[in-house]
Amino acid sequence: MAAKTIISRPIYGTLSPQPGKHHLFLADADGALAIVDMAKTAPAGFFDGAEIVFIPGPDGKHVGALEALKPAQFHQAPSFASLLPRLKQTLTNAHMGLRLYLAGTEGLIGQAMQVALEAGIDHTSMQTEHRGSLARRMQCVHCKGITENVTTQPATCSHCGLLLLVRDHYSRRLAAFQGVCINAEDRSEIPPIEEAFP
Amino acid sequence: MSTGTTKLDVVVSDVVPVNELVTRFHFRRRDGELLPTFSGGAHVVVEMRDGERTRLNPYSLMGSPLDTREYTISVRRDDVGRGGSLFMHRSVKPGLEMVISYPVNLFSLDLRAKKHLMLAGGIGITPFMAQTAQLAGEGGNFELHYTCRTASLGTYADVLRERYDRRIRLYHDDREERIDLDRLLSTQPLGTHLYVCGPAGMINWVRDRAASLGWPSEAVHFEHFAAPQPGLPFDVTLAVSGKTIRVGEQQSLLEAIEAAGVDPPYLCRGGVCGQCETNVISHDGKFIHNDHWLSEEEHRSGKKIMPCVSRFEGKSLVLER
Repeated sequence: MAAKTIISRPIYGTLSPQPGKHHLFLADADGALAIVDMAKTAPAGFFDGAEIVFIPGPDGKHVGALEALKPAQFHQAPSFASLLPRLKQTLTNAHMGLRLYLAGTEGLIGQAMQVALEAGIDHTSMQTEHRGSLARRMQCVHCKGITENVTTQPATCSHCGLLLLVRDHYSRRLAAFQGVCINAEDRSEIPPIEEAFP
Repeated sequence: MSTGTTKLDVVVSDVVPVNELVTRFHFRRRDGELLPTFSGGAHVVVEMRDGERTRLNPYSLMGSPLDTREYTISVRRDDVGRGGSLFMHRSVKPGLEMVISYPVNLFSLDLRAKKHLMLAGGIGITPFMAQTAQLAGEGGNFELHYTCRTASLGTYADVLRERYDRRIRLYHDDREERIDLDRLLSTQPLGTHLYVCGPAGMINWVRDRAASLGWPSEAVHFEHFAAPQPGLPFDVTLAVSGKTIRVGEQQSLLEAIEAAGVDPPYLCRGGVCGQCETNVISHDGKFIHNDHWLSEEEHRSGKKIMPCVSRFEGKSLVLER
């Protein structure tokens, strides 16, 4: 569970069934378990109006558990990038009454939220639950490149190669934490690199 | 003391009867300068000096925010109210010098919205006059559904139809025309924000249906100025200032506190903004809560009261004021 440090650092809740006409779920890997847990308290017939879009982890687990909820639609995707056109299309055609539920890694929640914000959903009206890895999506504030799945502190920018302090400062617009050069004064100074976001 | 609002010295530049119940008042600055900028949905508090008595009533600004040479408000005559609207209708004439507050907006547009869906009932049309003008100037996407009792009481319905044509839908009670609310709310594109202003019953109905149909509360905006209701006189002890006061039948608790020379913060004077929230130290009796600010739980707790609109009946009430 991510702890609150500074105001921009997102905090996540626990999925709960909302009143609505359509329910769109996006989850990756262990995020599926958040949906399964929520389903225990959902009213009968809740998933008749639901669509679940799922990115299984490398182990391919939880697909059966989600299918067992019998959502109106179930869709699997190998990556967030691959489901993006479908997600945008769904949101473009959607009406008020659609509720969004995001569960899994921060990267998935953040990127889906970014698309949903553009579609006009207020971030506080989305249901979110963090499950699985704490790995971060990071933007290098120097070259603006995004590095996915950052687990260490500091971390190397995969674009410009600077060694970056991964801050809790988060941008919803970019769906990324900010990375700032940790040794700008003396590039030969290399602090110990630790596993910080397992 | 109105929180964060300076006063404006204005002169009534025009008084225009709109229909049998509603009159429009135009204000300009006495020094001839432009009035402060405002956004659609803002209101001003008008000071009405009526002999010994001063009333402070909030009214939505209904002119275009693009024109700050004058402010305009529309006042519906309420023959059984506390007299503020009657004072405006009977005593306010062109040339009268008045004092109004700076504009305050507790009902602003959320400009992130993809579309603005507006629902007005009766005199609740006034904030939408300014909001539609603001949106039309920016090419905004809006639709206004306006319910009135009869065509002749459809204040500004003709103006709106002329300006915005099919973006305005009218419903007349006397012709049994009703909004198909569930259908309307279920067919709005994602990213629509809902705005409702009208009688309390209408606001509650719309909010309730919107919540049931899956509209998140962040996308539902409403404004209802609860006019202070008259009631039985009651006595109040103000513990901080060490005074005991009597609240008259036609007086609000806030007005009685002010009349005693105590200057509590306020902004809307209609139970909406929360500025005058006051702690209750002790009480023996029952509260008559009329505000939209405190939660139901706070109403039940007996620990807080909004003196602008709420009253008390019983033996004793001690406030931290």
